[in-house]
Amino acid sequence: MEFAELIKTPRADNVVLHRPFHAAVEGTLCLTGHHLIFSSRRHDNAEELWLLHSNIDSCEKRFVGSLGTIVIKCKDLRIIQLDIPGMEECLNIASSIEVLSTLDSVTLLYPFFYRPMFEVLEDGWRSFLPDQEFELLSSATDEWRLSCINKEFSVCPSYPPVVIVPKCITDEELRKVAMFRHGSRFPVLSYYHRKNGMIMMRSSQPLTGTNGRRCKEDEKLINASLRPGKRGYIIDTRSLNVAQQARAKGGGFEQEVHYPQWRRIHKGIERFNILQESLIKLVEACNDQSHNMDRWLSKLEASNWLTHVKEILTTACLAAQCIDREGASVLVHGTEGTDSTLQVTSLAQIILDPRCRTIHGFESLVVREWLQAGHPFQQRCAQSAYSNSKQKWEAPVFLLFLDCVWQILRQFPCSFEFNEQFLIMLFEHAYASQFGTFLGNNESERAKLKLPQKTMSLWSWVNRKEELSKFQNPIYEANSLVIWPAVAPQSLQLWAGVFLRWNRPSQYLEEAQEEMVKIIKYNKELQDKVKVLRRHLAEMEAAERAQGNL
Amino acid sequence: VENVRLLDRLSSRKAVLGTLYLTATHVIFVENGSETRKETWVLHSQISSIEKQATTATGCPLLIRCKNFQVIQLVIPQERDCHDVYISLIRLARPVKYEELYCFSFNPKLDKEEREQGWKLVDLNEEYNRMGVPNNYWQICDVNRDYGVCDSYPTEVYVPKSATAHIIVGSSKFRSRRRFPALSYYCKDNNASICRSSQPLSGFSARCLEDEQMLQAIRKANPGSDFIYVVDTRPKLNAMANRAAGKGYENEDNYSNIKFQFIGIENIHVMRNSLQKMLEVCELKSPSMSDFLWGLENSGWLKHIKAIMDAGIFIAKAVAEEGVSVLVHCSDGWDRTAQVCSVASLLLDPYYRTMKGFMVLIEKDWVSFGHKFNHRYGNLDGDPKEISPVIDQFIECVWQLMEQFPCAFEFNERFLIHIQHHIYSCQFGNFLCNSQKERRELKIQERTYSLWAHLWKNRADYLNPLYRSDHSQNQGTLHPQIAPCNFLYKFWSGMYNRFEKGLHPRQSVTDYLMAVKEETQQLEEELEVLGERLANLQKSQLGDNKVQSKQQDRSKQLRLSTSNNSLANTPQEYSNDLKSFPSRSPSQGDEEDSALILTQDNLKSSDPDLSANSDQESGVEDLSCRSPSGGGCLPSEDSGKDSDEAVFLAG
Repeated sequence: MEFAELIKTPRADNVVLHRPFHAAVEGTLCLTGHHLIFSSRRHDNAEELWLLHSNIDSCEKRFVGSLGTIVIKCKDLRIIQLDIPGMEECLNIASSIEVLSTLDSVTLLYPFFYRPMFEVLEDGWRSFLPDQEFELLSSATDEWRLSCINKEFSVCPSYPPVVIVPKCITDEELRKVAMFRHGSRFPVLSYYHRKNGMIMMRSSQPLTGTNGRRCKEDEKLINASLRPGKRGYIIDTRSLNVAQQARAKGGGFEQEVHYPQWRRIHKGIERFNILQESLIKLVEACNDQSHNMDRWLSKLEASNWLTHVKEILTTACLAAQCIDREGASVLVHGTEGTDSTLQVTSLAQIILDPRCRTIHGFESLVVREWLQAGHPFQQRCAQSAYSNSKQKWEAPVFLLFLDCVWQILRQFPCSFEFNEQFLIMLFEHAYASQFGTFLGNNESERAKLKLPQKTMSLWSWVNRKEELSKFQNPIYEANSLVIWPAVAPQSLQLWAGVFLRWNRPSQYLEEAQEEMVKIIKYNKELQDKVKVLRRHLAEMEAAERAQGNL
Repeated sequence: VENVRLLDRLSSRKAVLGTLYLTATHVIFVENGSETRKETWVLHSQISSIEKQATTATGCPLLIRCKNFQVIQLVIPQERDCHDVYISLIRLARPVKYEELYCFSFNPKLDKEEREQGWKLVDLNEEYNRMGVPNNYWQICDVNRDYGVCDSYPTEVYVPKSATAHIIVGSSKFRSRRRFPALSYYCKDNNASICRSSQPLSGFSARCLEDEQMLQAIRKANPGSDFIYVVDTRPKLNAMANRAAGKGYENEDNYSNIKFQFIGIENIHVMRNSLQKMLEVCELKSPSMSDFLWGLENSGWLKHIKAIMDAGIFIAKAVAEEGVSVLVHCSDGWDRTAQVCSVASLLLDPYYRTMKGFMVLIEKDWVSFGHKFNHRYGNLDGDPKEISPVIDQFIECVWQLMEQFPCAFEFNERFLIHIQHHIYSCQFGNFLCNSQKERRELKIQERTYSLWAHLWKNRADYLNPLYRSDHSQNQGTLHPQIAPCNFLYKFWSGMYNRFEKGLHPRQSVTDYLMAVKEETQQLEEELEVLGERLANLQKSQLGDNKVQSKQQDRSKQLRLSTSNNSLANTPQEYSNDLKSFPSRSPSQGDEEDSALILTQDNLKSSDPDLSANSDQESGVEDLSCRSPSGGGCLPSEDSGKDSDEAVFLAG
């Protein structure tokens, strides 16, 4: 297929671009296979807007006489309006955008065509390998091993080729456990808490069904994570009700009789369309510019978004508390173990592990607990808040995770190496990107698509000095402790940086950021100067003393 | 009373045992056991209500709610003791004479001269001169010299030059409580002004020539404009209802060249109920997000804040952009009018966004123009229907603006919270009584101390590190966003849940940056010293002089401890269903409390709730022991290393 066939009108002149908080600009609109490009004609201050087609969530057209208007709503929640003179041009452009923004085939997406303009210093595809992670682990404990049982993705299609499991469990036993778990997602190590040697595992639900099947190997596996005489906690991210209902469909939960050393806690984290609808309602409320206070608060409430944030954070804190305070091992799962489970395990690590609050550590966390752990990004992030498609598998699971991270960041502004922009950047790239990192639903699909060979990794780009500086938190000071966020409603806020990003002037807040950077920078400069002078002085004094001794 | 338990609102397991003391001025709770013997001090004047609840097996619960939004829950073992405490507190919390108030016994060990200096810090004459009056259009009128015209006005008010004494007196007779139009803010760039008054006694048809002339005079004082706005800050319905009582609002037909405008801000009773409802939401035990948001909306509080802000924005726009003068009034012109005039001034003039300017603003629009502090904030026992959080709302408006313009204010959130605290505390004389006249009669300035001097002395604690006077945000008028989702949707937990530190961000950017700035200053100084020494050394070496300059100056060691005052980090209750979570270590409660103590120790020492402590410990007067600036107190590396529940340090 040639993109050119899809683009009947590649260029339109005298197009007017409208954006909130910007004056309307007149210019030329160009369509390419992957981009919508608008450039103003003014010579003095030429302005260009590049929009990836894959970022477009919905596209509406309407006409007043022969003047057509296209309203483009993006997955990053931005809304722009283009006035295009000429009915035919407008229709052509609108239909091209519609087709190009909903291409079926992954291999037609931009990452397969993108050629980086920067020098690649480090291949992001090889930056976070499981072996490295395991090496770190084995320096602390020898009770775990790296299993290659899933090498050809033959045991569990949504797991990576290598996983970390208890040393005392053989691959043969793992195969049996896999049969007992939904989607074959047997329990694997998610996190090792160095402070007290406690661990967190994650899996999918056990397939107990209505007649209470059991699996000795499964019991052996998770018991292997317990210290002698200690108990553990199973955190089921579903409410008890939902978990019980799951039994009718062959799923279920660990029964006390078979897992006597484990205590089960149910938490009700929502999934799928409930989250998607919540996002749609929230964004609708944020885009409503009516000046009425009551409407705003009730719409915010009705969206339930912050309720989800609170529930996820609370569950993650609970998991962290079990590990750090109770000195207990934890197993987390929901149904498939690819959504709420990952939210909980990754957030718990941010709370517990200072490493996850650094830029590199956070990237590693996203790779381990989301990409390699098989969160189906392509399905979940197919559409965002403006789409009408309403597919069952679309859900802002990852965005909710980022929101929770932001809430913790807001409460501990000095404990994170990265800033809010870093989180927003990840949100954008999860939904539309020139990089291949978030394509595919799991490692198996990524391998089949040959993404590491054919596309560029987001990390290759981000981890360059020029880019990193944008994402660094000027007031970061490494904090080696566990950080316990507050989860009361008073302590949680709407993430304005994402949801109100395009609806508010950001100038004053950006100025505040600049001022902050300036203060820190000046301080650092002075520190350096003082150090140099001190050394200089010490040298001179030493020389003088030496002279005096002669 | 011994063996009293102090309950933690958020967690029933965190109760502590201690002894309760009642003194002439404070309620004091001293914890048993713990080494630091943590103390909780509450001024009687802060108590807003005391509730005795049904006796339970463990004792008799007593609930004390404070005006600074602290809620204290005590359980007293003996019912009789509890009743005695209850009766005493009811009496002590409701003084009937000004002389009973704390400010008359509070003595910060300042001599007479220092006290006088303190009162001189804010000088309104100076302020009017700064604005540019008197000038060709405005002058001081002396008709109110002995409060002869209006007893709730100050003696010195500015009026248009063309308004004769006859006009002023005539106009005053046509205005509620004789509060005639007077100058609140003058914009010297374009001669536009904000004037304030009470409602006219127009009823359905009454007119007053002098009042019409008065408004004419205000218009003429701004030659660049051919009309003035008259802003009635009440909802139209309320204003119309007032007509039946012979009051009301200006009829555009009778006054030439006015544009009349209603801006619906609700009255003090609605505001009082609204706050009450919001506080009920704050007090909910582990509310869900929906409970909270729904309750917040239902209280209407943020809607009211927005109404006040909208009025201020309207006026600021009229003055700055249209160059039109504005006359503002409500009913009596001392509540909503004060709110709106001060918000508008704050938006218009960067001076009011400095620390000194903000003090001046409160002194000008609130204190001098007869805002009834005593009635509104219940300093003396009085009519509960007179109580209303009028200035609290203004303070919140300022906070909302600070959130939107982080570089525009010289002061920080703590400054606002402490001002609010002291409006109720009666520790300083500034906010006593209902008018200047009453304050003069009581000789407040000779018998009490000024809050402004106290805040000024500790100003290092109140600085906003991001503020720069030459910053673009501080040139001219602020233009806030008004859509609720852009702005003003924020609940101010720093104020209304002020004493529940567990709800707040655990690290403060402000404190961190202040510490960095302080360090920067030290570095600058050291740089200078080092430079000098280096120069000396070079000189001495040149002269082959063997004078050894010992390394004596090491006291100027770099303090690289830009540690922020991080609060202790302890997990909260993440599971409501504690039964499913039985094996919590029994020591957890203790750990958390010890964490809290450390937390408190690490707080700024001039936090009022704590400063009250230090005052008391050393006998009601020690103000000098306060460290001038924060950020310095950090625990040693070790103490942080082995227990993250202690304090978590960033050094």
